[in-house]
Amino acid sequence: VTAIRSRVVAMGYPLATLVFGLLVGAVAVIIVGGNPVVVYKQLADGAGMQWILQWIPGNPFGVSVKDARIGETNVISTLVSATPAILTGCAVGFAFRCGLFNIGAGGQLVMGAITSFVVAHFVGGGVFGMVLASIAGVLAGFLYGALPGALKAYRGAHEVISTIMLNFIAIQIGRYLVGIGGPLQKKNSGTPFSEKLDPSVRWPHFWGEFETAQVHLGLLLAFVAVFVYWVILERTTLGYEVRAVGFNPEAARYGGVSVPRAVVLAMGIAGAFAGLAGSGETLGHYYQLQENTLSGVLVTLGFTGIAVALLGRNHPIGIVLAAFLFAGLDSGARQLSGEIPAELARALATIIQGAVILFVGGEGLLHWIFRSRGPKKERTVHPPPTAATPGEGL
Amino acid sequence: VTVTPARIAQAGIVAAGLAVLSVVPPILLDTVIAPLVLAGIAVVLGIVAIRRGEGRLGGLALFAASVGGLSGILFANTDTATVENIVTAGLFASTLRFATPLVLGGLGGVICERSGVVNIAIEGMMLMGCFWGFWVSTETLSWEIGLLAAMLAGGVSALIHAFFSIHLGGNQIISGTAINILALGVTSFAYRSLIGSSGTPDVDRIPTVHLPLIADIPFLGDIIGDLNLMVWLMFVLVFVIWIFLTRTPWGLRLRAVGEHPRAADTVGIDVYRVRYLAVVTSGLLAGMAGAFLSFGFGSSFNENMTNGRGFIALAAVVFGNWRPFGVLWAALLFGFASALGNALQTAAGVNATLVNALPYVFTLVALVGLVGRSRAPAASGRPYQKQ
Repeated sequence: VTAIRSRVVAMGYPLATLVFGLLVGAVAVIIVGGNPVVVYKQLADGAGMQWILQWIPGNPFGVSVKDARIGETNVISTLVSATPAILTGCAVGFAFRCGLFNIGAGGQLVMGAITSFVVAHFVGGGVFGMVLASIAGVLAGFLYGALPGALKAYRGAHEVISTIMLNFIAIQIGRYLVGIGGPLQKKNSGTPFSEKLDPSVRWPHFWGEFETAQVHLGLLLAFVAVFVYWVILERTTLGYEVRAVGFNPEAARYGGVSVPRAVVLAMGIAGAFAGLAGSGETLGHYYQLQENTLSGVLVTLGFTGIAVALLGRNHPIGIVLAAFLFAGLDSGARQLSGEIPAELARALATIIQGAVILFVGGEGLLHWIFRSRGPKKERTVHPPPTAATPGEGL
Repeated sequence: VTVTPARIAQAGIVAAGLAVLSVVPPILLDTVIAPLVLAGIAVVLGIVAIRRGEGRLGGLALFAASVGGLSGILFANTDTATVENIVTAGLFASTLRFATPLVLGGLGGVICERSGVVNIAIEGMMLMGCFWGFWVSTETLSWEIGLLAAMLAGGVSALIHAFFSIHLGGNQIISGTAINILALGVTSFAYRSLIGSSGTPDVDRIPTVHLPLIADIPFLGDIIGDLNLMVWLMFVLVFVIWIFLTRTPWGLRLRAVGEHPRAADTVGIDVYRVRYLAVVTSGLLAGMAGAFLSFGFGSSFNENMTNGRGFIALAAVVFGNWRPFGVLWAALLFGFASALGNALQTAAGVNATLVNALPYVFTLVALVGLVGRSRAPAASGRPYQKQ
């Protein structure tokens, strides 16, 4: 019974957090004179809800053929957004399990995206180039993650600060490469974009008609990555060591675990997940490097990863669910119009995401509210989402 | 005169400065050898100083050497007229403009972190001040009220951070990340619904200070003759906060709370109150930094206007070793790098993007301790449980 209860509680917190986040969003909608129920219904539709509803036997919601077709486009857009979100969720979650706060998933993703592009562009055609480019992206992510891991393990540099700095370094490298006059910028184009990759090196895609909105190999790889995430953490010695260090580094050291090795590898593997996400954005989604995307959407994906890992409680299934949720929020917001102005919608999605992170971080809030009622009890220290406290001793 | 490691490092910095001077007016050597030799000397002196234990100044010497060497190469290869376009009083004036928000945000970071609360939300607090101050200033047409509103917006954001990280004992990084994202969402949302595409409204800008006699001095007058009020306020605040932290009992209490909260609690210091005040103060300062961006130096707001400046301010805190004057020097250095990058871009058409990465690279180097390790307050980031 206790096990079931703790399961329910474990599910209950993220759900409560989500409700809080949606309430904050609702307040924002009400302030600008909209109806939050209508807005959230539109958000769900924009995420592709209609497409899912049509499969319910008997079609109780009466989804028309036209709505179902629009719904299909929206579902595709949600799946395209979910692909990197799952992977950056793994990137943040894996580091969390080692007691590390990886704010650098965005930078690791950007380095993966750049490296994949460079390899695919210069090695060129065919499956060989594609596979090489994918591996190179993962490797770049691994190295860009292992670097702050090593700085932490051997020099005591806090990973939060160093990954923030590395994010900006990655952005500047990207800007330099594809900015006007940069070495990878498309010649004589006047726009800060690289050339598009040859179709033969692009990842296969299997759903969707529009060139940059297709469900691609990355989604399958993301699921494989989630499985790998689970296997490493729960079924290997390395994963045991990583979790031991996350739980209590001192105890792990006394138990014979090499803490520096665990820290470097944990950050490296975390970076590899993000690097794979970057490969996917280059080889499966955009097919080119764009200055504004590198320094905007792609880096922001690192923060989405934080939200995903926190809401999903670093659990493989939780990460997948949370990634779909934020991806749906993202693609839903893009479709939103009418009830509130379209340009407000994206900001609304950002507000909800921020509020969710805030409330996950403040799980003590519920305890604090309910502690002030009833008999005064011994104050219990509530553990944060991870066993150790990432970011401690900054 | 004894040769101390500090003097060696200072000599290195001077050599690096000469490297820059050798290729700019009025000396203007049209060769790449002189700046490279001087920068090389600066590197050697910097390394020697570091080997003898003077890490921080030695690190500065290395930083200066790389700036000197780079600009030497760039300038020597561009023609004279262009160089004269780049190195003007404007370069130094814009260095001060770039540095001001970094210093203000960084001072907030220093106060917050010295009290034991990590603040990676400077960016978000700055952005809140940036928008709300701007909006209030357009509505009231009074920069004073606008500035107060900016500080208030930063302060309120900080209060949320304080509540979650002090009272609830939550993770300070999570709370900081949340505030950064929330601030981006809230300011974009509010900007689009309150101002939107109705064009740039009239705003009452924070005034510039005209110094009557000094403004007539050639060069120097062009730099400091007509600076924005906030720039001077920034210098005053560096000094005031330095006095506060190092020369007053309140400053001592704040540092005690940041180094060893249990001990501070034992001698009767209210740890929670000190931390609340420190976090909120950091929000007020970050709000001022934001105000400078939108209606001090500039006169408009756009989405995500702070654009990472809060994180460079954080870098300045780390690079400046959690000290007010350290933050000032670091921010001036970073500001100079930005100003130089901009000048190169506009005057010479050089893709100077990589110059903008220098602050982050050097913060990493400082953090790693290759050149004198930065040391964070001992209890920074740890929630404190009262007993």
